Amino acid sequence: MEIQLSRDVIESPFVNEVLGEAKSLVNNCYQCRKCAAGCPVAYEMDYTPAEIMHAVRLGQKDLVLGSKTIWICAACKTCSTRCPQDVEIVKIMDAARRVALREGIKPKVPEAAAFYRSALFTVKNFGRLYEIGLIGRLKLATRDFFKDIGLGLTMFRKGKLSLLPSGWRRGFRVRTILNRIKNEEGAI
Amino acid sequence: MRYHYYPGCSLHGTAKEYDDSLRSVCKALGVELAEVEGWICCGTSSRISMSPTVGAALPLENLMLVEQAGGGDVLVPCPACLNRFKSVQHDLEEDSALKEKLERTLGRAYEGRVEARHPLDVLVDLVGSDEMRPKLVRSLNGLRVASYYGCVLVRPPETMGYDDYEYPMVMDRLVRTLGGEPIDWSYKTECCGANFALTRTDIVRKLSCDIMVNARDEGAEIICTCCQMCQANLDTRKREIEQEFGVELDLPIVYYSQLIGLAVGLDPGTLGFERHFVDPRPVLREKGIL
Repeated sequence: MEIQLSRDVIESPFVNEVLGEAKSLVNNCYQCRKCAAGCPVAYEMDYTPAEIMHAVRLGQKDLVLGSKTIWICAACKTCSTRCPQDVEIVKIMDAARRVALREGIKPKVPEAAAFYRSALFTVKNFGRLYEIGLIGRLKLATRDFFKDIGLGLTMFRKGKLSLLPSGWRRGFRVRTILNRIKNEEGAI
Repeated sequence: MRYHYYPGCSLHGTAKEYDDSLRSVCKALGVELAEVEGWICCGTSSRISMSPTVGAALPLENLMLVEQAGGGDVLVPCPACLNRFKSVQHDLEEDSALKEKLERTLGRAYEGRVEARHPLDVLVDLVGSDEMRPKLVRSLNGLRVASYYGCVLVRPPETMGYDDYEYPMVMDRLVRTLGGEPIDWSYKTECCGANFALTRTDIVRKLSCDIMVNARDEGAEIICTCCQMCQANLDTRKREIEQEFGVELDLPIVYYSQLIGLAVGLDPGTLGFERHFVDPRPVLREKGIL
């Protein structure tokens, strides 16, 4: 990817949006790469967490929002915990994911984005995470209908999956809360 | 002793044996658990949406329910829920504009008279106390246990309040009290890939494999966990991991609540061992615990 640098790029609204939402500074980062060294999922990323932090600093919106990294981050918080400069790396990753969704950028790891969306769908309907509902919704989103069928059946046999959602009456309260947020912010 | 109790979604589903064993153990130790009336999802798995507010409003609604029911300590067995609760409390303390906004959305005020705690922290002190010693009727007979804490119970330390976030010892101390032998190992707080349990299972298999291989190599006979996502990932993916990586792992993954249940003499049939994919009972029998 070609990197364009100019004052406009570095001081773009994108940088303020991500850092404002993460409530974190990124200019403290001195690229020690401790975050990259300790990240358990760095091997699946296209850019290391340290590279993403640098790209955010330089306003490289397309690179950050189009990266695998923001979706592969497992939010285990090893990086933020170990960062000697107190950069909130996970919060920056979280904020970048939200900005990508708001901007309608196709997630580089679609199934990771589908998980969050499906979870919100079941919580909106049932007030709690309804596991079978989540799995069904996820299968529709990823079109991977046969994944883990055997595992699911064993879990069902062992009484680990309930057919009916628990506490579904709470869905009404969650919908009220989510609707208020939607009215205020335009979208959830 | 009476605590509010927020089981969280998975303890009503895939981690039923965690809920059952925790409730039985608390009953046996004289701890009363009052389930929070009308609780909703904590917001962890839906925290990434277009809105930054969703992931804060859902946990705060639950904290408000606890406050409405009298406030005080609420026991939260799922580390992800616990982390969400503590994170939103932390954010509210630092950001009064956010607090105002959320109170407006949820339609009531929050005074902050709630403390979310993991049951492990409460039980380790209780089980270790002199008055409870007579209740420990069955020893773990030197069972070699790898205590596995996972990510979000200990991180970030300023929110979760763990001093020893790289090498916690709470569960190890508990194991020792119960007559087991805690082992030293390197993956206590490594990530199992919980986020990807249903999607990128290749990542789950790789991370869980590394964790179990290290525990096995350090001589563990069993892994004890305090997180139902860690339990599920390690336990249910074992067979696939063995095939993919050509390793042999006969490590059962149990909850601390099940081990306490054994120690206080509860009927093993009520502790849910049969729900695990890797049956812990053979090794427990071999050690003369069952």
